[in-house]
Amino acid sequence: MKSLRIESPGLLTTVQDLGRPGHGPLGVSASGAADPVALRLGNLLVRNPHNSAALEMTLLGGDFVFSDGASFTLTGADFGATLNGQPVALWQTHWALPGEVLRVGATRDHARCYLCVAGGFVVPSFLASASTHLLSGLGGLQGRALRKGDVIQLGEPLLAHGKRNVRSGVLDRLHPRRTLRLTTGAQAEWFELRATEHFFSSSYVVTEEANRMGLRLQGPSIRASVTREMITEGVALGAIQVPDSGQPIILFVEQQTTGGYPKIANVITADLASVGQLRPRDKVRFELVSFDQARALLIEQERLLASGELIEDGNE
Amino acid sequence: MALPQARFQPASDQSLLVVLGNEISLKTHRRVAALLHELQQQPIPGIVNLHPAYCSLLIVFDALALRHSELEQTLRSYLDRADDVAQPEPRRIEIPVCYDAEFGLDLQEVAAACSLPVEAVIEMHCANDYLAYFLGFVPGFAYLGDLPEPLIVPRLDSPRRQVPRGSVAIAGRQTGIYPLATPGGWRILGRTPLAMFRPDRERPSLLSPGDRVRFHPISRHQFSALERP
Repeated sequence: MKSLRIESPGLLTTVQDLGRPGHGPLGVSASGAADPVALRLGNLLVRNPHNSAALEMTLLGGDFVFSDGASFTLTGADFGATLNGQPVALWQTHWALPGEVLRVGATRDHARCYLCVAGGFVVPSFLASASTHLLSGLGGLQGRALRKGDVIQLGEPLLAHGKRNVRSGVLDRLHPRRTLRLTTGAQAEWFELRATEHFFSSSYVVTEEANRMGLRLQGPSIRASVTREMITEGVALGAIQVPDSGQPIILFVEQQTTGGYPKIANVITADLASVGQLRPRDKVRFELVSFDQARALLIEQERLLASGELIEDGNE
Repeated sequence: MALPQARFQPASDQSLLVVLGNEISLKTHRRVAALLHELQQQPIPGIVNLHPAYCSLLIVFDALALRHSELEQTLRSYLDRADDVAQPEPRRIEIPVCYDAEFGLDLQEVAAACSLPVEAVIEMHCANDYLAYFLGFVPGFAYLGDLPEPLIVPRLDSPRRQVPRGSVAIAGRQTGIYPLATPGGWRILGRTPLAMFRPDRERPSLLSPGDRVRFHPISRHQFSALERP
């Protein structure tokens, strides 16, 4: 079986697919790729099923040895990668010969870069998913981030390598956003109009405490005017909860399944991939949309991802 | 048993919160458990996840397949026919807790806030059988209640970055055990040496909804003896 050897793991590199929804009753959140759009496009390029497992790198990539060669692509943020010293362009397929080394550097723009290989990465499945859930030490490779010396098996490619790339026009439309669109939260009425207006007219900075579980933001304090203790309830992916400190937290892919802080708003599904590309010190703003608008934006994104115009086959 | 007082609220563009009561009670718990059971037995196409809690059930759905209003319509018929599900005989589970200052990071502060001696706080925390209402927050975290009135304190203003694994904590009328080292905003009284969540077990979670749980105090020495190597 083909494999990939980790010569250096980077800052935080994990095995991720599209996650394991359905285990909320156990308190287990779905996990999965922080930028599912980049993962899906990567899998499309190397002709994998859309849910195949890839490596998700965070801020700083690693060095990987293609022990047996493979067709691969890098998607998401630009980490300035090279293959045997030659620059590797994002969003297109490449062929690595046996023994060639892919070196992925530090981010130049966003937070996460995905390495997809034809055939996908093969790890033991936990609750029907390869996704690593770091918080609980479940899934992925032994429930943890990759380390130097790890060897990960590659699956059998479904189709032969072909030169393919994502059309640049498509990428412009899927570019990570710094203005996140939100719908009203379950406790939106706990916040006075003035506080809500303040929230939507201000910009917030992503703090160093931003990870797969959640992103703490820093900016103008928003306080709920209702002071009673909230009864804990289920929380949705992308919920923006406001603890008593007044500094909002976006709950993310390894989110808690329930929580007791009031939620002022929720990131729309179409913009969740953009949350996955936010780095510490990035500034974000918010824009309120209706549930109908949110749905229309999701349908538009899904149409784009399903369209035949997405990928162009190169000549080689 | 029909559940007439349901309130439906969109929580996000792909989830709907169904609220079945306004206070933490065994009665409301049974309503939530009944709806959860119905939805697990007869799944509605398009529903992808369920997050039960004290008084509510968050239903996550595929927004391309369902709208809030459509789901609400279907759920009304589920609620109309949701019979009072026969509750299994509750299991009784004892949890040993070491309340030493080394583990009980907020014990002094809680005692001061409640105007009680530390010993009285420990005694009261151990005097009740608690109902495991649901699992949530993180894998295997059981929300236990109800805490005796004199011990009611609010959550921390800002959650701790990392609560030690096994920490036994309180917030409002609830108490619980952190199964993993995670962030958390509850006030910590002590620590249990038991492994609350182990993915290698057939039942990964030591506690299940409906369990009756009681804490008993142990010494630091007993804690070490019970701790898994």
